[in-house]
Amino acid sequence: MAKGEVKARTSGTRAAPEPAFVQLLTPEGDRVEHPDYSVDFTDEEYRSLYHDLVVVRKLDAEATALQRQGELGIWASLLGQEAAQVGSGRALRAQDMAFPTYREHGVLYCRGIDPIMPLGLFRGVDQGGWDPNEFKFNMYTIVIGAQTLHATGYAMGITKDGKVGSDDGEAVIAYFGDGATSQGDVNEAFIWASVFNAPMVFFCQNNQYAISEPLERQTRVPLYHRASGFGFPGLRVDGNDVLACYAVTRKALDDARHGQGPSLIEAYTYRMGAHTTSDDPTRYRIASEVEAWQAKDPIKRLRAFLEKQGMAKADYFDAIDEEARVAAVELRERVLSMPDPDPMTLFEHVYPNGSPELDQQKEQFAKYLASFEGSGH
Amino acid sequence: MAETLTIGKALNTGLRRAMERDPKVLIMGEDVGKLGGVFRITDGLQKDFGDDRVIDTPLAESGIIGTAVGLAIRGYRPVCEIQFDGFVYPAYDQIVSQVAKMHYRSKGKVSLPMVIRIPFGGGIGAVEHHSESPEAYFAHTAGLKVVSCSNPDDAYWMIQQSIESDDPIIFLEPKRRYWEKGQVNVDSASLPLHNARVTRPGRDATVIAYGPMVRTALDAASAAAEEGREIEVIDLRSLSPLDMAPVYASVRRTGRAVVVHEAPVNLGLGSELAARITEECFYSLESPVLRVGGFDTPYPAARIEEEYLPDLDRVLDAVDRSFGF
Repeated sequence: MAKGEVKARTSGTRAAPEPAFVQLLTPEGDRVEHPDYSVDFTDEEYRSLYHDLVVVRKLDAEATALQRQGELGIWASLLGQEAAQVGSGRALRAQDMAFPTYREHGVLYCRGIDPIMPLGLFRGVDQGGWDPNEFKFNMYTIVIGAQTLHATGYAMGITKDGKVGSDDGEAVIAYFGDGATSQGDVNEAFIWASVFNAPMVFFCQNNQYAISEPLERQTRVPLYHRASGFGFPGLRVDGNDVLACYAVTRKALDDARHGQGPSLIEAYTYRMGAHTTSDDPTRYRIASEVEAWQAKDPIKRLRAFLEKQGMAKADYFDAIDEEARVAAVELRERVLSMPDPDPMTLFEHVYPNGSPELDQQKEQFAKYLASFEGSGH
Repeated sequence: MAETLTIGKALNTGLRRAMERDPKVLIMGEDVGKLGGVFRITDGLQKDFGDDRVIDTPLAESGIIGTAVGLAIRGYRPVCEIQFDGFVYPAYDQIVSQVAKMHYRSKGKVSLPMVIRIPFGGGIGAVEHHSESPEAYFAHTAGLKVVSCSNPDDAYWMIQQSIESDDPIIFLEPKRRYWEKGQVNVDSASLPLHNARVTRPGRDATVIAYGPMVRTALDAASAAAEEGREIEVIDLRSLSPLDMAPVYASVRRTGRAVVVHEAPVNLGLGSELAARITEECFYSLESPVLRVGGFDTPYPAARIEEEYLPDLDRVLDAVDRSFGF
């Protein structure tokens, strides 16, 4: 076993060795050099990364609270995965396309999309419908791994359109988790992307659990090793290091847009919260494990870095916290004011060209509803 | 102008017309390129349109459909070939959970103008998984449209109409009829895609069929005519949505309806047709709606498939039973 790789767990407890991965910022907030990857941010850019991490975490916490208060049906929290999402999301260029799971709220935010957009899905007022081509961000996909094939097909379309091979080339990023790597669709996507040299990046957030099942129930090898079997490069990055996540994703996307084909990034991170608000992680993992990861928190380390470098002081951090708080209040108000859909809209958009059978059902149901009018029911 | 073509060649020519008309039309599937498909339906297309538009895919059906979804989001119009009916199930999740639901999920912002071609049905002496009739699975799924052609003219036009439609369409091809010849009017389509057709008029009983069973129903009608019984044959063509108006009109006149398909009768299309006919034509019916179909067994071994498949005699037997009420 190579130095630093994670050992398979044989009991319920977990040792926490540092795995071999690309890291540019230590948990203590110290900048470290890497032979292949680097970032060249201005002070302002470093600060804006911090801003995004904090806002994304705060909005996520607000959504969790909204669920607890019965205002959302469910919420899939990204707590702990902010660096993986903000780092990779900020690495996308305007022309790039993202295919998310249902947890990529941080990537969505970095695409400049109004964070209210996916809340309709979790409140249950719609199915999370938006135009992927307008936002360069596909709809959330709930079936595990299905979107990786969509991403691959889209990337094949980029090649067909002749939009690879230059700085203006387009690339695709497909998000998925450690559990998804067991799905047939993900493995088929690896094959397709490889065979057709698709301009894309497979971005796996390995948050260590697929609901309750730990990583060793999905794999006997480090996930990023999988790529070599499919014929493209794979690497592991410290998923709690926003700088490293940015650097490796930027490079992989640029390689893809220049025609060098797909690659796999395993962002090694940890889901600090529950799988969703319906989950109870205390049934399958122990507090000491969570505490060990707490020490590697993505926001804490960037804050330490900014402080050590003299890029920001307490008043700056306070201002960001206040901005995040206001954004969360605003999000809450907008969620609470989301109207329930008209019942008749359930018949809409089933088919682009409509269906006479469905029109008939709709008409009959409208009559049925109308029969209650004035009856007090 | 009319040409005499087999169903297979009519499909091939229809695909060619669609590809000439719209450069966004792609063909994807296993062996569709150099080989021209195991049934040669895509014969010569890769040679003329290139391997960028006629794509030999890796051997994984979910991958074919899932990548086609992405290509459709990108603006392409993929025509996917599933090699045999029994091999569509690995793609079932992508079809039911993604293809069927994307337009609804997106509140109409994303259309997936895909066609999924499936050679279906038995009668070719094949091994297991090569003779199935999975239409009810797809017709049951909101968001999909399902059609089946029964003759060369419909094959030629319905494949083009399906490709032009923005709806995702499951296109079922009667594989055992691929080699049957007929006239194709290449100037204009006789019907819109989702309309049924009265293929043979008759006043005594209505036999409703689609795909490979239309020929069987027509043969049964010819045999019945020799005995003085006039059977009206309706070719549904569209299985979802169903075009019921011609069916109701016919049954109101004849008072008797028999539905024929290769698929098992239990919860097959015939069940839905029987329910709808009963609801709409209750006072015109002289007998219950009867169903002729496969038995509720897995598709059997080739040497006994003729016993499983509805044939002329079983159709006539059902018509006789209808007159027994």
